[in-house]
Amino acid sequence: MLKKLRVVLAVIFWVGITLLLLDFTGALHGWLGWMAKVQFLPAVMALNVGVIALLVVLTLVFGRVYCSVICPLGVFQDAVSHLGTLRSKRPYKYKKEIKWLRYGVWALFVVALVAGVQAFVALLAPYSAYGRMVQNLLQPIYLWGNNLLAWFSERAGSYTFYEKEVWLRSLPTFLIALATLVVIVVLSFKGGRTYCNSICPVGTTLSFFSRFAMFRPVIDTEKCKKCKACETHCKAQCINIGKESQTIDYSRCVDCFNCIGQCKFDALKYRFAWGRQPEGDTPSGTFARTGSRSDVEEGVSPSGRRAMMAGTVVALGAAALKGVEVRAQEADKKTDGGFAEVLPKQAPERETPLTPPGSKSVKDFYRRCTACQLCVAECPNNVLRPSTSLEHLMQPEMSFEKGYCRPECTRCSELCPTGAICKITKEEKTQYHVGTARVNRESCLSASGRSNCGKCASICPSGAIQMVEDPETGYKFPVVAEEICIGCGACENLCPVRPISAITVNGRLQHI
Amino acid sequence: MKRRDFIKITGAGAAALAVGCTSGKKTPAAGTVDEGPEQMVYRENPKNGDKVSLIGFGCMRWPMTRNAEGRPEIDQDAVNEMIDYAIEHGINYFDTSPAYLMGQSEKAAGIALSRHPRDKYYIATKLSNFSNQSPEASIRMYHDSMDQLKTDYFDYYLLHAIGSGGVEAFRHRYVENGMMEFLNKEREAGRIRNLGFSFHGKPGEFDSLIALHDSGEYHFDFVQIEMNYVDWTHADGVRNANAKYLYEELDKRGIPIVIMEPLLGGRLANVPEGIARQMKEREPDRSIASWAFRFCGTHPRVLCTLSGMTNMDPLVDNIKTFTHFKPLTEEELEFMEEMATQMMEYPMVNCTDCKYCMPCPWGIDIPGTFQHYNRSVTEGTYAQSGEQKNYRKLKKAYLVSYDRAVETVRQASHCISCGECLSHCPQSIPIPTELARINRYIESLKQDTL
Repeated sequence: MLKKLRVVLAVIFWVGITLLLLDFTGALHGWLGWMAKVQFLPAVMALNVGVIALLVVLTLVFGRVYCSVICPLGVFQDAVSHLGTLRSKRPYKYKKEIKWLRYGVWALFVVALVAGVQAFVALLAPYSAYGRMVQNLLQPIYLWGNNLLAWFSERAGSYTFYEKEVWLRSLPTFLIALATLVVIVVLSFKGGRTYCNSICPVGTTLSFFSRFAMFRPVIDTEKCKKCKACETHCKAQCINIGKESQTIDYSRCVDCFNCIGQCKFDALKYRFAWGRQPEGDTPSGTFARTGSRSDVEEGVSPSGRRAMMAGTVVALGAAALKGVEVRAQEADKKTDGGFAEVLPKQAPERETPLTPPGSKSVKDFYRRCTACQLCVAECPNNVLRPSTSLEHLMQPEMSFEKGYCRPECTRCSELCPTGAICKITKEEKTQYHVGTARVNRESCLSASGRSNCGKCASICPSGAIQMVEDPETGYKFPVVAEEICIGCGACENLCPVRPISAITVNGRLQHI
Repeated sequence: MKRRDFIKITGAGAAALAVGCTSGKKTPAAGTVDEGPEQMVYRENPKNGDKVSLIGFGCMRWPMTRNAEGRPEIDQDAVNEMIDYAIEHGINYFDTSPAYLMGQSEKAAGIALSRHPRDKYYIATKLSNFSNQSPEASIRMYHDSMDQLKTDYFDYYLLHAIGSGGVEAFRHRYVENGMMEFLNKEREAGRIRNLGFSFHGKPGEFDSLIALHDSGEYHFDFVQIEMNYVDWTHADGVRNANAKYLYEELDKRGIPIVIMEPLLGGRLANVPEGIARQMKEREPDRSIASWAFRFCGTHPRVLCTLSGMTNMDPLVDNIKTFTHFKPLTEEELEFMEEMATQMMEYPMVNCTDCKYCMPCPWGIDIPGTFQHYNRSVTEGTYAQSGEQKNYRKLKKAYLVSYDRAVETVRQASHCISCGECLSHCPQSIPIPTELARINRYIESLKQDTL
């Protein structure tokens, strides 16, 4: 019963988040956007105290149900490990916690988070990893499917489906997504929740609370016949049925309830067990010993209650620290018809990267963003793509080869779960100066007298570009009013000079 | 393929029927319209007694496919099939140009036509010396046309698109380079049986050109003009002359007239719903296009009405119109005038999809953008205000169909108003201005400011 409930809720969340990451029409984000916003790490980055408190309380009451229901990477691993269990009747057995790895990674993660090494954060954070896989690997398939429907739709004279270009936004990110998929599938196929309990920093953070959960699976040692049915079905590999003691490591239990139905002797129940110290190898004991042994856990007291407080302090402390940081043809014959070739555009060098309107500054954006790729998957103008620079690897940046940041569009700001892109209206969008256009007068058609172009001046949505006359040559060339230009990229995108536009946008550090 | 097979079968049936017709037998037609003589209508050229079919085949809008290298190429099989069917059904006038269809039209016409006896059809082609007026290039173009069309004489030869720029432009393109002298000699030698010109321009420009004929400086055997029930009196008179004026001027002089753009590039085959309903109320079984053709054919000085047929369907329909030809009555002519007045209410671009403006050096699909816009206006998928109750639906329909019709990088937003196209447009459309107007409309849809 509990398992069924867990599976149903998990499927709802999983399908919802996956659809959210696949949808390119913007039709779903009003309905499903909250599912991204309740993800733990994005909530921490957004300093969303309400969500963090809710998740902490949820874990304190019911254990790590977050990992089994809300986290899409967790549910994905459950699906893969379910396939893995088909190979054997007793697929798992108890394994000791790999403490050095688990707490080592967690500590490194916290350090990276505080220091702003976002590529490392994005690499490990479960929601980012899942978003990366969906956007890079699944969305293309989804789009091809859509394009097939669009093909039929076009022939049927319907406008329901329309074609959407499928293109590789960033090769490194694609390869990392592929590697992530391989690692996750291999780990979960063989070892269930190995990733969640040895690597995942969100899992480790929640484990600080889950070991004190009010409700948890409890073994009645009187009734237990030590048949190991529960242990061999625990994908977290955290049930230890020994001759002397029978224990569950609640720091690793994700409350999947697979074990409950396995017990034929009524010895295993999910029930209220607040304050009750489990026998044997207690989780708090485990933790205490870890604390005293581990180099990285200095300052965490051995007492369970204090350990839990410390966990909270560290997690919230990291969030608070972020908060501080955050504040801070032929020549003689003209023939009719046919098309002139149009070269594809190439991105120019930008000294400062372009981050979307709604991000307060480049620094703030890259500090908060967890590279979940949700905005990249949604951007209807093909402007956002994962950065390939080492510093901001996988985090989005803007470029205008395929489109520009259109004045009516605020989709990424509505979606961003981390607060890296704040929610803005169309009107507020014009207040964000994300970049400034500048003119290359050597390649500019008009400035060099090759054509009387003036395209950029005529289409600038902000009216920031004017054509002025060069007194020497008599040719007109565009000039940009830096304070009016907001960096939308319309000029760069529509400039007829190819492959690199004669007017390009460079990012601004401070946007508002 | 299936459709084509079907047409082949019906075509064969119709061919048998046509044979029956020419033998003078009165068999009931297969179609629902069965009044009138079941025979292609021919008009006689007073100069030499040529019997020219009242409908001619314009070789400017044939279907294109891609060849092995991915370049656009005329679908020769489709052309052969259409030309065979046309000749079988009595069409004997074929009008092409070295410039048409990226310069491929003459060759394709030559391949298809040379499979028939040369005396079964008349060839019309043009001296399209737009970009290089030197005598060498012009004479080479003349001889190339003969090679491409696999012939040693032209039945009808035209100075291509004169008018704009008046007599000066004419002298520059044809007199100063000695081409008029050359062409007159060719006419004397019998290699040009009829010499004429196609006209696009203002009334004054026409007057000055026809004055050359009146004075005897040059003799024109025929003139090709743009004529249809809209242009009859509704050409704006500023950039283009009314067809009524041109027709009457030529009629006075007894010069045979060949008509181009009887359908305005297909716009008069697909008219707005309100207009279509009124036509169908009168003639439920005749196509919308048939009205436009009957309008042209009703005028006696017309030698031939050209139609740029893209596939078998319009060809079959047009043959039906001209084999059961029924001239318009006085009352019906008034009705056409009323329809033309109503057509003028719609904010369409006066583009006939002739593609003379193409290729745009910046890659814009000019006719594609105009055709899409016109189609949306005609079909009513054109939002007029954000307050409209089906505004969302219309907006999506316009934007999605636009992306389907015109590649993103070739859309109006990329036009830089260089004006390169302006001199090529026979309709004198202010192309950059119109593209900007359409782009403003699209922006207002995208930004919901309509």
